[in-house]
Amino acid sequence: MNKFLASSLGKKTIMALTGLFLVLFLVEHLYTNLLLFAGDGGLAFDEASHSMVHNVFIRIVEVFLFLAIILHVYQAVMLTSENAKARPVKYAVDGTGKTASWFSRNMGLTGAMIFFFIVVHLYNFFVPYRITGSVGPDGHETLSHEVAEALENPWYALLYAVSVIILAFHINHGFQSAFQSLGMNNKKYSPLYKRTGTALAIIFGLGFLSFPVLFYFSHVTGFDILNWNQ
Amino acid sequence: MNITLKVWRQKNAKEAGNFVTYRLQDISPDMSFLEMFDVLNEQLIGKGDEPVAFDHDCREGICGMCSMMINGRAHGPTRGTTTCQLHMRSFNDGDTIVVEPWRAKAFPVIKDLVVDRTSFDRIIATGGFISVNTGSAQDANCLPVPKDDADKAFAAAACIGCGACVAACKNASAMLFVSAKISQLALLPQGQVERESRALNMVKQMDEEGFGSCTNTGSCEAECPKEISLENIARMNREYFMAILKK
Repeated sequence: MNKFLASSLGKKTIMALTGLFLVLFLVEHLYTNLLLFAGDGGLAFDEASHSMVHNVFIRIVEVFLFLAIILHVYQAVMLTSENAKARPVKYAVDGTGKTASWFSRNMGLTGAMIFFFIVVHLYNFFVPYRITGSVGPDGHETLSHEVAEALENPWYALLYAVSVIILAFHINHGFQSAFQSLGMNNKKYSPLYKRTGTALAIIFGLGFLSFPVLFYFSHVTGFDILNWNQ
Repeated sequence: MNITLKVWRQKNAKEAGNFVTYRLQDISPDMSFLEMFDVLNEQLIGKGDEPVAFDHDCREGICGMCSMMINGRAHGPTRGTTTCQLHMRSFNDGDTIVVEPWRAKAFPVIKDLVVDRTSFDRIIATGGFISVNTGSAQDANCLPVPKDDADKAFAAAACIGCGACVAACKNASAMLFVSAKISQLALLPQGQVERESRALNMVKQMDEEGFGSCTNTGSCEAECPKEISLENIARMNREYFMAILKK
């Protein structure tokens, strides 16, 4: 097993498995976030968030989630540095732009930007909700209010919007790439992985983009998106 | 055609190299890229200069010796061709063409455009063979090999080991080459004896040689003169997983 994990293919496997697990998490995350649009003053979203905190299964999965993020980032850093060492002298003319897409060649860069956003995102929501308790049932405001307030800030809304667009492109390459790394690609199935990856990228991209865009513009226009006054 | 060439000149493995600009006149568009280099070298020799060292052998696109990075493209801009099969008609009159050697830690430059590709030989030596005696040519229906497998093995066996995949890959990964060799033998009955040890040993050697890891950008497949499919890399991964589980 050690031999496997130390090999290039073993490291790629870890990237693939953790990446796919993180995609699964995004499904759950998007679903919960969409409850913000239930028009009930954020009640469904707050209740869903609250029940997750008290669900043993979710708490266990949460540990694996953090582990997956750390492993995915750690392996990415290791692989990127190893890959850079594999070509100590660079080409004077770089022709890779003609043979591979920009996003497929810059997964490290897009990954780093997503990681930066995750850190900011955790600081904004996870820390006050789960650690300091300033947001949530015992805090001074609900999580849904906190979301609405955070997205009133144009800079945060912009960071959120740019990050989820980058995330969409990261997934568009990463999803099908994971199946290739896991040895599951062939002529029959690779179009399916590619289409599924692109569909997921569009769903996650537009889905998560809806929060900064709708919350920010509802704030600007004074539209009551959460329907507080119901 | 008039062409300006910027060629990487490097005396030997130890000394630092640099680009030298050459201007060539009246180049025939029907010349191959290597023939154009022959003309350049004739002129250099005539002037008493050192000719440009470059690898070449069959000049028919099947030996895998020629290896030039032309304007950032392995074997030049045309798909599915080696440098020797690339013709000057693929360029325009007055073009400036930058020619570099393959760049990879595992392919050190020996001189000018010549790189040491013995790392590929060492990978082959760890598993790119079969140890069973297969006798003389078999009767057509003697070995039941499905046509589909035979075709896939044949397509993988088309790899000429030129190293364009490594040169083109942003990570200098050799996975297209190694996977083609593993696939070719894993798909045929003769390759079954060493199937697991082959996958384990060739991947191990590939890692030890200092090649990078695949990030599935697809540059290798796009630049491969024999158009080896990325599907082989997925097969190599499968072969490796099965071998790890069994051995």
